[in-house]
Amino acid sequence: MIGLGVLYVLAGLLFAIFAVGSATDRTNPRRWGNTIFWGLFSLSFLAGSWLPDVVNGLILVAMALVAGFNLMGKGEPVPQTDRAERAARWGNRLFIPALIPPIVTLTGTLTLKGVEIGGQPLVDPKQVTLVSLGAGIVLATAVALVMFRASPAVAVREGRRLMDSVSWAGLLPQALAALGAVFAAAQVGDVIGGLATTWLPLNGPLAAVIAYSLGMALFTAIMGNAFAAFPVMTAAIALPLIIGKFGGDPAIVCAIGMLSGFCGTLLTPMAANFNIVPAALLELPDRNGVIKAQAPTALLLLLANTVLMYALAYRF
Amino acid sequence: MWVLLGVAVVVVGFAIRLNPLLIVVLAALVTGLAALIAPGLTPAVLLAGAIDTLAVLGKAFKDNRYISITWLILPLIGLLEREGLQERAKTLIQKLRSATTGRLLLIYLVVRQGTSALGLTSLGGHPQMVRPLIAPMAEAAAETQDPDLSDASRNKVKALAAATDNVGLFFGEDIFIAIASILLIKGFLEANGIIVQPLELSVWAIPTAILALLIHGTRLLLLDRALKREAGR
Repeated sequence: MIGLGVLYVLAGLLFAIFAVGSATDRTNPRRWGNTIFWGLFSLSFLAGSWLPDVVNGLILVAMALVAGFNLMGKGEPVPQTDRAERAARWGNRLFIPALIPPIVTLTGTLTLKGVEIGGQPLVDPKQVTLVSLGAGIVLATAVALVMFRASPAVAVREGRRLMDSVSWAGLLPQALAALGAVFAAAQVGDVIGGLATTWLPLNGPLAAVIAYSLGMALFTAIMGNAFAAFPVMTAAIALPLIIGKFGGDPAIVCAIGMLSGFCGTLLTPMAANFNIVPAALLELPDRNGVIKAQAPTALLLLLANTVLMYALAYRF
Repeated sequence: MWVLLGVAVVVVGFAIRLNPLLIVVLAALVTGLAALIAPGLTPAVLLAGAIDTLAVLGKAFKDNRYISITWLILPLIGLLEREGLQERAKTLIQKLRSATTGRLLLIYLVVRQGTSALGLTSLGGHPQMVRPLIAPMAEAAAETQDPDLSDASRNKVKALAAATDNVGLFFGEDIFIAIASILLIKGFLEANGIIVQPLELSVWAIPTAILALLIHGTRLLLLDRALKREAGR
């Protein structure tokens, strides 16, 4: 059965190559920081499942220290002046390898779920999408290597160039998910939910809707994830008051409440994979550039959601 | 109540621009230790608590490795960029005389929202689509609109390209009945004795989806006007 294990080995090997590449990259003034960081990431992928949990925690702490003390740098890219000529030579054929991963992910997700070989599922049924994504990436990379007659060494060198520009931000989404687990274990959500019901004015249908909608956005911004905020805020405000006391429609309240949470996601650096990672990928000078760009949309939409919830929930 | 100290570390940490990875680790440790605050606390208990917190953090870190699988795509993107993918995307846009940054991003918004509403959320994304294709296209269109594009405007255009991917995804995916958030709502309500069908939930995501398209779409078209004003100066 093909599961996440295969992908972890692939990722572990790729980051090991990044670590070795960093160590030999004399153009990077802080190459040892990169070596340690990508080496630890590789170790976590290759051995994480067998290491004690405390050791996995220490790996994350060590990576955070390397990043926090600003020990990571970037090498000089290999100078290249013929991109425009190459682009003209390939034309639109360049888009073929770029389209393979989404197409394979999609087809794999739709078709691989029931496939069995000798009574065993071919792909772990719970991980079909991720395994398909991995297969799509591997296939597309192979096609690109053949098409461009490039050596794998060039591919990993170019990959490392991109990874170094993302740098520690590439680990942030996974690290924030881990922080979410610590928050959950310490029941941070319940405490905040309790505070919300104690301190917010909830004495009418409108006040309850406003408190729930804004509370979802704010709590999502703190946790970085609407899924963490939803059960807490809904149990604290929506179920007992909007739905229970004032008779709001549960489907409308919850559907729009979740979307109010998504407005919070657009506003917070805690939602790193949507906000901080793209700022790094696009090499924006301002780490919060993407958040600033989407803040007007998010705030207007939050207001719109609150109005919509009040206008619809008590009517249907 | 003391566990909120961890949340405070997050808020203050981001405010004073500490490295976010460091914030995560500090906040986790502070939360784990703050949960132990009670009369009769000894250093030995604190030490044991710190180790327990590290274990919880480490286990969740290990269990969430799948999130970082996306980076496997970087060698492919790097290869394609080396062969001129960004340049090709720019050429395509420059050939279309009517293409403006705002219109281009508006089309991407509609496509991203539409495909997400059909459950095809993997058709976009920042490493796969925005960096190699959408951002260079938006930049190229902006350069046509304003040949002396300032760095500030260039970065704003790039940031809006990323923002458009997010807005399209967030306010499209909830229309699809089998997406994680819809299933979470259904499961949560069921646990509280309320039965709703996924379709009832996804239908009520449509009004917000339309408003998201109108609000963000208007902002994108206003960007064109701002670029034009800047070019005229």
